[in-house]
Amino acid sequence: MQKPVKRGSGMGISWYNPRVRSIAYQAGVLAAVIAVVWFFTATAQENLERLNISTGFGFLDTTAGFGIIQTLIPYTEQSSYGRAFLVGLLNTLSVAVIGIVLATMLGFVVGVARLSRNWLVAKIAAVYVEVMRNIPLLLQLFFWYFAVLRPLPGPADSIEALPGVFLSNRGLILPDPVLDAGAGLFFSALAVAIVAGYVLVRWARARQRATGRLFPALRVTAALIVVLPLLAWAVGGTPFHLEYATRGAFDFSGGVRLLPEFVALVLGLTLYTAAFIGEIVRAGIQSVDRGQAEAAAALGLKDSTTLRLVVVPQALRLIVPPLTSQILNLTKNSSLAVAIAYPDLVAVFAGTVLNQTGQAIEVIAITMAVYLTLSLATSLAMNWYNARIAFRER
Amino acid sequence: MRNPVAALLLGILIGAGGLYFMLPYDAAAVLSGRAEVAVSAGGAVPDVDRAGAGETLQRIKRRGFLHCGVSQGLAGFSSPDERGRWSGIDVDYCRAIAAAIFGDGEKVRFRPLSAKDRFTALQSGEVDILSRNTTWTMSRDTQLGFDFAGVIYYDGQAFMVRKDSGITNARQLAGATICTQTGTTTELNLADYFRGRGLEYRVLSFEKNDEAISAYDQGRCDGYTTDASGLYAERLKMQRPEDNIVLPEIISKEPLGPVVRQGDPQWADIARWTLSALLNAEELGITSENIEEMRESENPLVRRLLGAEGSYGASVGLGPDWVIDIVRAVGNYGEIFERNVGVDTPLGIERGLNALWTDGGVMYAPPIR
Ligand SMILES: N[C@@H](CCC(=O)N[C@@H](CS)C(=O)NCC(=O)O)C(=O)O
Repeated sequence: MQKPVKRGSGMGISWYNPRVRSIAYQAGVLAAVIAVVWFFTATAQENLERLNISTGFGFLDTTAGFGIIQTLIPYTEQSSYGRAFLVGLLNTLSVAVIGIVLATMLGFVVGVARLSRNWLVAKIAAVYVEVMRNIPLLLQLFFWYFAVLRPLPGPADSIEALPGVFLSNRGLILPDPVLDAGAGLFFSALAVAIVAGYVLVRWARARQRATGRLFPALRVTAALIVVLPLLAWAVGGTPFHLEYATRGAFDFSGGVRLLPEFVALVLGLTLYTAAFIGEIVRAGIQSVDRGQAEAAAALGLKDSTTLRLVVVPQALRLIVPPLTSQILNLTKNSSLAVAIAYPDLVAVFAGTVLNQTGQAIEVIAITMAVYLTLSLATSLAMNWYNARIAFRER
Repeated sequence: MRNPVAALLLGILIGAGGLYFMLPYDAAAVLSGRAEVAVSAGGAVPDVDRAGAGETLQRIKRRGFLHCGVSQGLAGFSSPDERGRWSGIDVDYCRAIAAAIFGDGEKVRFRPLSAKDRFTALQSGEVDILSRNTTWTMSRDTQLGFDFAGVIYYDGQAFMVRKDSGITNARQLAGATICTQTGTTTELNLADYFRGRGLEYRVLSFEKNDEAISAYDQGRCDGYTTDASGLYAERLKMQRPEDNIVLPEIISKEPLGPVVRQGDPQWADIARWTLSALLNAEELGITSENIEEMRESENPLVRRLLGAEGSYGASVGLGPDWVIDIVRAVGNYGEIFERNVGVDTPLGIERGLNALWTDGGVMYAPPIR
């Protein structure tokens, strides 16, 4: 009988030992990377010093001195560059989050519509996809901004779409909900209803699995969400009232304002990305074997139930990874904001702040780090979700 | 390639090498240039400030032309015509430098730069000089690694509004939306003006000036603001220029001037003294028309300026005829002004502050002696 050779041991520190070799390779690569980084940092430092350009991150505490048209957190001209950075970051995030939600919803609709048995619906969806994904995004943004939103009438002749809702070249002005005394009770009731609904749905599902008995959990939840807050309203008084915008000398004052720049950006990003998501959804659904749906039908499941319980869960596994890249694309594409004067991170920070401080290296490094962090965080979240819905062999 | 280590190292080397040559030349100059200076200085210890002295002029001569950063199109200051030929005060100033160096005012290439990108372009060495209606401020002079060579045009910021808005002074702009361009002092002065008076305003900043203008013109904003000279120039671009008025308030000081990188004092001297030469030529009555007669002048001031006495050109690395070449190429300061923005041009701007000190203005150049 032969003695099994124990791998790695007994060979000592030899180039023929694969472990030694791999450690050596990695050490070599690490050293090379450190050397390159060090070389560039040292060169940059030396040059900046020689050219008398200020360095470091101290500038983040100095007064910014410029105004920003959309600020989600309090910001004045006296605020610091660091604050201006936050304002830009939040403006980027708000466009990205809203765009992602809308594009995903629209994308699912488009993807399902493309497979519709209704000829017209399928064709409309197909035309939508082809038009949207074949025109460069920048052109689409220009279209929405310069051709659609900018020619709207001025504030004096604004279109009053609904009472208190004005559409003009200054943007979409909505009434501002102002909280009243009953707000606390109202929103607590809403929160209770949502939590109760969640618990109910889980309980109903578990019971159905165990006993096969059905319980209309979704309908009860919907009823809860309507009834509980209404009850709170009746008891605690009005939760909020709408404050309408008023027309001032130039413009509206008060109200909630969606800038045309913001609307154009969200529209452009959503419609463009939804076309790609639609294709991903279609491919995902088509990848599910027809036999699955046929088997479900043979069991007597309704079409909608088949889609929800049989097709989509399987399709999702193929949809999520490419969907992640579309979400990342949307976030990164939001930096085209600068072309239509929306004050996103790139426009405010890598634009005005960079110009005013002249600290290109620091500012660009921070900006890149932000996009990298956003992308990595999105990927992590999507990977976690993907792992959760992954096919589990039972 | 079989050996992965060799492949990796080669990859890193190629990558690093590529990046190294893509860097602005200054980075490369540190490694190679340092050594040269040490040798040429006869073993003297090279100090940081002197490392760059004379480098810029040498490089321009070797290249054969000057790289001059200008605006993307501002009538009267720097704008290209249909055939791509640039004209304007800022353009003529660069031609003057080219003439001083090469004896030929055409040996210059213009690089249009947005307000936002101009400083990075100068810092990185993409241009040798920035002549782009740039306001001389302390932070730009001290924190960006620049030197201003003087003032070529005294300006100030003002507002433009539509005539039918009924607005006649800037204070009535409370609550208005104002269009402007990113990366300018304009953006900051606007904030100062309203903040200082406790007035509300909204600012919409565009990266391109033309977009800011068209946004205002289409009614997205109630007003547009920039340097007063710029307002007169930009009004020409509007659908109906006569429907817009410039408000009387001047809300800031905007001394516009050429900018160079710090670190090469000789180059800064050339920039400064070219400007002085233009002004001194006007003061002494030397024009592109009478320059040949003036060469015979007995006036010692004229003789010094035109290189007949002394060696002022040589002291900044230029030839003795440097001022003659400048005036032949572009004329004196007054000629440049009248040709580009003066009362006989579409801009129709009076000399005002930009008149010589002898005529009631503030243009006062140090003497060449
Ligand atoms: N003097 C101001 C403003 C300079 C500036 O950029 N002005 C604009 C508006 S007149 C301009 O020249 N735009 C032309 C362009 O961007 O090409 C500064 O130095 O910041």
